[in-house]
Amino acid sequence: MTTTGAQEISVQEAYEQEPVASSARRALSSPWASLAAIVIAVLWTIPTIGLFITSFRPAADIADSGWWTVFTNPSFTLDNYDEVLNGDTALSTYFVNSIVITIPSVLIPVSIAVMAAYAFAWMKFPGRDLIFVGVFALQIVPIQVTMIPLLSLYVDRGLAGGDAPGGGFYTVWLSHSMFALPLAIYLMHNFMRQVPGELVESARVDGAGHVQIFSRIMLPLMVPAIAAFAIFQFLWVWNDLLVALVFAGGNPDVSPLTVRLAELSGTRGQAWYLLSAGAFVSLVVPLIVFLSLQRYFVRGLLAGSVKG
Amino acid sequence: MRSRNTRRGAAAAAVLLSAGLVLAGCGGDDDEGGSAGGTSPGEGKAECKDLTQFGDLSGKEVSLYTSIVAPEDKPYKDSFKLFEDCTGASVAYEGSKEFEAQLVVRVKSGNPPDVAFIPQPGLLQTLVKDTGKVVEAPQSVSDNVDEFYGEDWKKYGTVDGTFYAPPLTANVKSFVWYSPKMFQENGWDIPTTWDDMLALSDKIAATGIKPWCAGIESGEATGWPATDWLEDVLLRTAGADVYDQWVAHEIPFNDPAVVEGLDTVGNILKNDKYVNGGIGDVKSIATEPFQEAGYPIADGECAMHRQASFYAANWKEKDPNLEIGEDKDVFAFYLPPIGEEFGNPVLGGGEFVAAFSDAPEVQAFQTYISGGEWVNEKGKATPNGGFVSANKNLDIANVASPIDKLSTEILQDPDATFRFDGSDLMPGAVGAGSFWKEMTAWIAEDQSTQDTLDNIESSWP
Repeated sequence: MTTTGAQEISVQEAYEQEPVASSARRALSSPWASLAAIVIAVLWTIPTIGLFITSFRPAADIADSGWWTVFTNPSFTLDNYDEVLNGDTALSTYFVNSIVITIPSVLIPVSIAVMAAYAFAWMKFPGRDLIFVGVFALQIVPIQVTMIPLLSLYVDRGLAGGDAPGGGFYTVWLSHSMFALPLAIYLMHNFMRQVPGELVESARVDGAGHVQIFSRIMLPLMVPAIAAFAIFQFLWVWNDLLVALVFAGGNPDVSPLTVRLAELSGTRGQAWYLLSAGAFVSLVVPLIVFLSLQRYFVRGLLAGSVKG
Repeated sequence: MRSRNTRRGAAAAAVLLSAGLVLAGCGGDDDEGGSAGGTSPGEGKAECKDLTQFGDLSGKEVSLYTSIVAPEDKPYKDSFKLFEDCTGASVAYEGSKEFEAQLVVRVKSGNPPDVAFIPQPGLLQTLVKDTGKVVEAPQSVSDNVDEFYGEDWKKYGTVDGTFYAPPLTANVKSFVWYSPKMFQENGWDIPTTWDDMLALSDKIAATGIKPWCAGIESGEATGWPATDWLEDVLLRTAGADVYDQWVAHEIPFNDPAVVEGLDTVGNILKNDKYVNGGIGDVKSIATEPFQEAGYPIADGECAMHRQASFYAANWKEKDPNLEIGEDKDVFAFYLPPIGEEFGNPVLGGGEFVAAFSDAPEVQAFQTYISGGEWVNEKGKATPNGGFVSANKNLDIANVASPIDKLSTEILQDPDATFRFDGSDLMPGAVGAGSFWKEMTAWIAEDQSTQDTLDNIESSWP
């Protein structure tokens, strides 16, 4: 009786859902929708193209006329890139710094967050929910509020300043990890909760401990989610100026690309024509990372919303 | 480097140093004066005589934080070589365009640099009063400033009677940029009085060229070039005494004298016959970036542009072939006086050297940079121009560009009345806030002079 009732409902649901899905598909693949999508894509790309063209124009032209005038009056130069890459303070050193800052700042929070999320999702211990709510609530704290107290702590512990160990990189890594952890744990926890409980239980019946369940079952299932969050974190750290400025301060040897980029235009902003070239140099790496990991990104985002 | 246990030694050094400086001319030899002990690497070298008192500082490092970034930082780094050779200490230079915000963050969190170049006396006051971390300048520095700078310069580095920061560089703001070639071709003469200047403006306007160009857009600091206009004119219409009272808020911001001053500025900046040459109408002043506002002069579309000596760097960005000089493509004349009574005061700005540590190498650095040697080293290290100092020991022959030479002459003139840029001395809420904003509204929204000054007055904390 109940079984047939449930079946009836699901059949009815399926019956009703079918036309919705197909009509949506029809609507989205109509020529007009495609046209709209293309128009939006073009509009969104125009500023980037303008920036790209500007980066190849001579300084005087940039100051005098807009980038669209190249179509009638083309003149291009590589001088901007030459100065940005090989000028007084070459971007290449900062490039290395950016990589050295970014990689640990992604690996540390991701590895901690995955383990913490497993504990919150599948281990029972007293106060678990309370602690989880506490971690979740930490997302509300704006990082600007924490900067001076955190830096004072680093200074007290001897981690910041001219004599800091590791040249001062520790403070940047630690800060980025701290600021990333609440969101990372929350996201990973939600992904992990959606793994069917039967999987975990059957593994336990087979005699697997937490370590085995975590490494044999959870990690492989979590790959898209980890990749998605890692891309997020990578882009955020790579583009970050504020944290680097505050916590890497005191040592130009550890400053990332963004810090140099902010100073590229010179003391009085007179060299602003270099900015477009500098922007493209710093854009290359995030672009490569995003394009090569894009499919994980989409899959990871969908992993939370679509079931079965 | 960060040891704080040398106060006694430092005091002894200061006493000996002051004696040493008196004897400096005869090469006084104070071996035991160095708080670091040992024999200075510069011992026996004539150019190091002021620095040997600090002893052997080899391996020590002075961290320096400034708002000057590449490529302008290279002359500074070069000018520290003498210090490094003489003392053995090294200078770790760090420049940032976020300097003003970051310095406060770093000082408050206990991670200050050893030395910072502070561009506004107002910021020095904030740092001294709010954080208490700025270290009083040692006697050797104080003596240097007495010897090499005018009294007013020492005053700007002093907070509540304690002398903290010696002056570093300076710039002269009372300049009008023009094209000597253009003036020559048209038979125009450089005006020597304000009335001459207005007559010349009318004459130029009659030829169809708008004589003045201006731009006050500067990101979040939009409006500052207009505050310089008002300060320069106020010094000429009301005199330096009224100016001092106005800056210190002993007279209200909207005093009738200031209203008169701003109206005088308005006769040029809000006169649509005079502005905005090569750019647009009066309102275009508010949207034109200050870096480019003088460029129409090089294109022959504008005749005069009031901007500080440091604008010389911007011409090179417009066109690297532009030459700066009295008979070249561009040059500047001294903003003429308005009436006889108050003469021709100089409006200018400058930077100051504040220390956050009393370690011997830091004191040695402050002594070096406030003394007579450094300015000449810096002059020699700046072959492309862009360096001016009020230091009396600066040899004009060591100053590279013609505009820097002219600025140095003006600053070294013992009869000149120098006044510091008032907006840098006022509280931040006004000097880096409402003053900028209201001057922008005065131009962009055609807000009346009285309303503009009333609004600034009501925002004074």
